[in-house]
Amino acid sequence: MKSNLFNGVYNSLLTIVILFFLYQVIPPFVKWAFIDSFWFSTSEQCRAGHGACWSIIPANIRFILFGFYPHELHWRPFVAIIMLVSLLLYSKNRNHWKMSLCYLWIAGLITMGILMRGGVFGLRAVESDQWGGLPLTLMLSVFGMVAAYPLGILLALGRRSKMPAIKTVSILYIELIRGVPLISLLFMSAVLFPLFLPQGLTLNKILRAQAAIIMFTAAYIAEVVRGGLQAITRGQYEAAESLGLNYAQKMRLVILPQALKIVIPPSVGILISAFKDTSLVVIIALYDILKTTKSALANPLWTGFSPEAYIFVALIYFVCCYAMSNYSRRLEKELHT
Amino acid sequence: MNDETTQNSIKRSSENKIIEITCMHKWFGDLHVLNDISLTVYKGERIVICGPSGSGKSTLIRCINRLEEHQKGTILVDGIELTNNLKNIEKIREEVGMVFQHFNLFPHLTIIENLSLGPIWVRKKPKKEAEEMAMYYLEKVHIAEQAHKFPGQLSGGQQQRVAIARSLCMKPKVLLFDEPTSALDPEMVKEVLDVMINLAEEGMTMIVVSHEMGFAKSVAHRVMFMDFGQFVEENTPHEFFHNPRHDRTKLFLSQILH
Repeated sequence: MKSNLFNGVYNSLLTIVILFFLYQVIPPFVKWAFIDSFWFSTSEQCRAGHGACWSIIPANIRFILFGFYPHELHWRPFVAIIMLVSLLLYSKNRNHWKMSLCYLWIAGLITMGILMRGGVFGLRAVESDQWGGLPLTLMLSVFGMVAAYPLGILLALGRRSKMPAIKTVSILYIELIRGVPLISLLFMSAVLFPLFLPQGLTLNKILRAQAAIIMFTAAYIAEVVRGGLQAITRGQYEAAESLGLNYAQKMRLVILPQALKIVIPPSVGILISAFKDTSLVVIIALYDILKTTKSALANPLWTGFSPEAYIFVALIYFVCCYAMSNYSRRLEKELHT
Repeated sequence: MNDETTQNSIKRSSENKIIEITCMHKWFGDLHVLNDISLTVYKGERIVICGPSGSGKSTLIRCINRLEEHQKGTILVDGIELTNNLKNIEKIREEVGMVFQHFNLFPHLTIIENLSLGPIWVRKKPKKEAEEMAMYYLEKVHIAEQAHKFPGQLSGGQQQRVAIARSLCMKPKVLLFDEPTSALDPEMVKEVLDVMINLAEEGMTMIVVSHEMGFAKSVAHRVMFMDFGQFVEENTPHEFFHNPRHDRTKLFLSQILH
């Protein structure tokens, strides 16, 4: 400890300054967040005290998590989220990666869709403009990632294709999409896209945002995967070809398993930022979890307690992102040969 | 085995041809790497191609399974002409095995998976049968105990023997060797050559690009010497080593034999 923190005048000085700074910051924060704080009080009690008002969260939890979904039907999105999370947890184990997992996902997705939408089996129909909060955030990000990854792989293969038409289209797509911010894509999906649809046909707003997120993420994934493809030596391609494997077999069995393994760290980086970028859908008036939190704060009863509310949302984001990066590290270790 | 008997054991008739290259040319940009190459290989024949580096010998055998594209002339393999027709290329690659200088095993698959990949996906064999065949050939190259390891855990010589077994699993009609021992440590060369000699004795058709003169002497029917993209000299091993006709061949032999 002495050799790390107090070796020399300069380092000692630095240590003291930083210790002083931490002393100034941490105790007051602990006092605010834990000692003087309120957990299940009314807003009046909060205003009378000096500590953090965590009560805003239990008081508004249902709105923050589920948005404008009809209050008495909140169990439906709740069950849907539980299903989604358990499916994700189940899929973490590589021993479960079989065809049956595919069917399980399809069945799960259909059930989740029925739960959210209703209209069958005596469930009351809930229009998608009432969806919001955590289900919306999770839906946009999970489907965004799951659909963007294969699309990104196809684009990466397309960009390396020898066929000029496929190559040009892939390059154009990747460069155009990477050249604009996600916000402008979301705007286009909300405003511009309906203009191109035939009269009378409207596409759900959530679906349009979903499409924009998928398109955006896929372009970034494509470039990362292309990097992985370039890292595979020519000998691997030649060995696969000399066995008589065709293009699809060569890519699927030999090249992609190696290339995708190399690009796990950067891909997860992209997936994590895609997850966080879903919060941008507020600009097209979708109520993701960040927006529902903001709306809860607009209630005069609870205005002024934004630090507490945002810390709570930040924790939700952190838990998800940390789980992703943790899993990616584990996967990398398991696949190491 | 002396040269006369091995020569006679090959039937040189037109229906016995397996590879027929006629007036083939190849350029890399402005570089004329293969200049008017003609070569006929008969079933069961073993040919060693040698020559200085850059003479085009590797390029020549890589043209035979279309890892390189030739620009003029024709190449017929087992009666099928190599053109841009992808189906034909795949069909030829099924019948022509290749062993590379750097082994090129698939590092993400175990040894047995490396071997059964081709039979399962190209020959459409059931997995169990493919794995039994893989074990058979692994035993043949004396490496069956390593079946469930990954290539990275094996020595160079072992990896090259696995690579040979991988080619054999496809039951190829011709086996091409592209300098199979030149990336190996000296003490591992012999174990690979022994496997190749065994194959030769079983009558496999082989085209070997190599500087291993011992191998050429003991099993080749013909030795071809290449320089500047052309065949300079072709002869039986005995004549080639003891009685080279061309000055360039003599120079080359003096350089590698010391």
